[in-house]
Amino acid sequence: MTTENQASRSDAPLTAQVDQHDLAKETADILGWDDAAVFGRSVTVNKPRHEVYAFWRDFQNFPSFMENVRSVTIADSGLSHWIVEAPGGQTVEWDSVLTEDAPGDLIAWSSVEGADIKNVGRIEFKDAAPGRGTVVTATIAYDPPGGRLGILLAKLFQNEPKLQARRDLRRFKQFMETGEVATARTHLDNGERGQ
Amino acid sequence: MRALTWHGKHDVRMETVPDPEIINPRDAVIRITSTAICGSDLHIYDSFIPTMKPGDILGHEFMGEVVDVGRSSTLQKGQRVVVPFVIACGSCFHCGQQQFSACDNSNPADKADISEIAYGYPASGLFGYSHMTGGYAGGQAEYVRVPFSDIGPIVVPDGLEDEKVLFLSDILPTGWMAAENCEITPGDTVAVWGCGPVGLFAIQSAMIMGAHRVIAIDHYPRRLELARAMGAEVINFQDVKVREALMEMTGGIGPDACIDAVGMESHGFTLDNNVDKLKTATRLGTDRPHVFREVLMACRKGGRVSIPGVYGGVGDKIPIGAMMQKGLQIRTGQTHVQRYLQPLLEMIGEGKIDTTFLISHRMALEDAPAGYKMFKEEQNETTKVVLKPDWAAGAAA
Repeated sequence: MTTENQASRSDAPLTAQVDQHDLAKETADILGWDDAAVFGRSVTVNKPRHEVYAFWRDFQNFPSFMENVRSVTIADSGLSHWIVEAPGGQTVEWDSVLTEDAPGDLIAWSSVEGADIKNVGRIEFKDAAPGRGTVVTATIAYDPPGGRLGILLAKLFQNEPKLQARRDLRRFKQFMETGEVATARTHLDNGERGQ
Repeated sequence: MRALTWHGKHDVRMETVPDPEIINPRDAVIRITSTAICGSDLHIYDSFIPTMKPGDILGHEFMGEVVDVGRSSTLQKGQRVVVPFVIACGSCFHCGQQQFSACDNSNPADKADISEIAYGYPASGLFGYSHMTGGYAGGQAEYVRVPFSDIGPIVVPDGLEDEKVLFLSDILPTGWMAAENCEITPGDTVAVWGCGPVGLFAIQSAMIMGAHRVIAIDHYPRRLELARAMGAEVINFQDVKVREALMEMTGGIGPDACIDAVGMESHGFTLDNNVDKLKTATRLGTDRPHVFREVLMACRKGGRVSIPGVYGGVGDKIPIGAMMQKGLQIRTGQTHVQRYLQPLLEMIGEGKIDTTFLISHRMALEDAPAGYKMFKEEQNETTKVVLKPDWAAGAAA
């Protein structure tokens, strides 16, 4: 991204800038996509940085706090295979490659050729003020797809593209800090076991 | 089980619903032995609280016996516990600061959006108080699921009967925190608007904290009598201009600290409140902050303002100039109940605090809809209603 965008004049992340349309367009240009939706959000987790990084680095933990992620499996090739629930009981899938991994600091990934939804993401880990845990900043971009899944995915993302990621980050914090994900449910589904 | 459910304005019903179960490791399930109707339940009854859904189980002042525990709960079956109305995880930054009602983790992720939009940051979870605060089933029921049961509930000795400890769940610590927020020093005069349960407990707490004088303001004679019995001087705002009276009664200085124990549904018979009534009735406004306005005007220069009364939305015509020019300090918030449980339980045990004087009606849970109607319509006589799940319908005391 160039240095001429609005947010660069403040000490604020690009995802907070007033004109989000510019940001989307710029991101799409850089990634060579038709269009891009960009989401960024930080959450402070009251745990040491190495612990927070380690939990996130194990992608197979994702279904414990990402509501729509059914599974993430790691293939021998090192690619991770994602199966994500979409509206109407359907699923979307893609393979991701780790593009950066700096233990304790940074994890970045990108989907590879053939993804149902092209996406890239970057999770940064920084120490919060002394004694206050770790700031986790997630920046995620995806290509709102047309074609085969266009209609389905429009439903999935159109209303509030940031919503699912925002909630997933809250659940991540809950799980890390309390060992469970808060729920107001009062009874179990059929076949489900209590704790 | 049987539970009291909300269906709309002035429409609450007893219904049969599924029994709660253990969902998460830190959960417990409590069989409720006593549960109360709170003044803030009337805000829901009057449809002043947004994000309620038909069928929601109400109730956030309850106690009972532990009947089931998750694998990480520290409670044991058979223990008698009082449960705070604030749900708090005990592990986040805010809980670490003892700001339990600011807990980051107790509001489920999909419910937290509402308060993040309304207030800038998500609210903590509360029992039985709308989906903005988590959509948790409340305790006006036979059983309740209690999340984070290792943090909230306090085990009470068998020697202390329910009525002596039940109000640890909300109104007693709420009244206590309201007085604590006044930072009372010897010689202080504290004025308390609203002599409902929280106001009365705030008066009692202010006395214990060493207030020189407490002046209580209400228009229900029965409630003013209770305030006077605790040693407060009283002002009936139906007969008296409140600010003028306070100024004269304090020798022209004004009260050192003021407590707004009224909140969003003020009763003031004044022009500003009538305009607010019209606006809230037509959905042009959310709250009727008449008392807050009056408090800002009446408080002495450099004084302290404490607001335990519930507000939910936005208010206008707030005398913000008076607040700034007089250098008022304002402290407010949902009660950090967990912070006060142990010290208040000890004071109850030592006989320093009595809570039973407040209870005007005891009735079967099955008759809860009638209890709501009475608490709403006969506020002079009905100071507090306690519901008993194991009483037969029609039983009362």
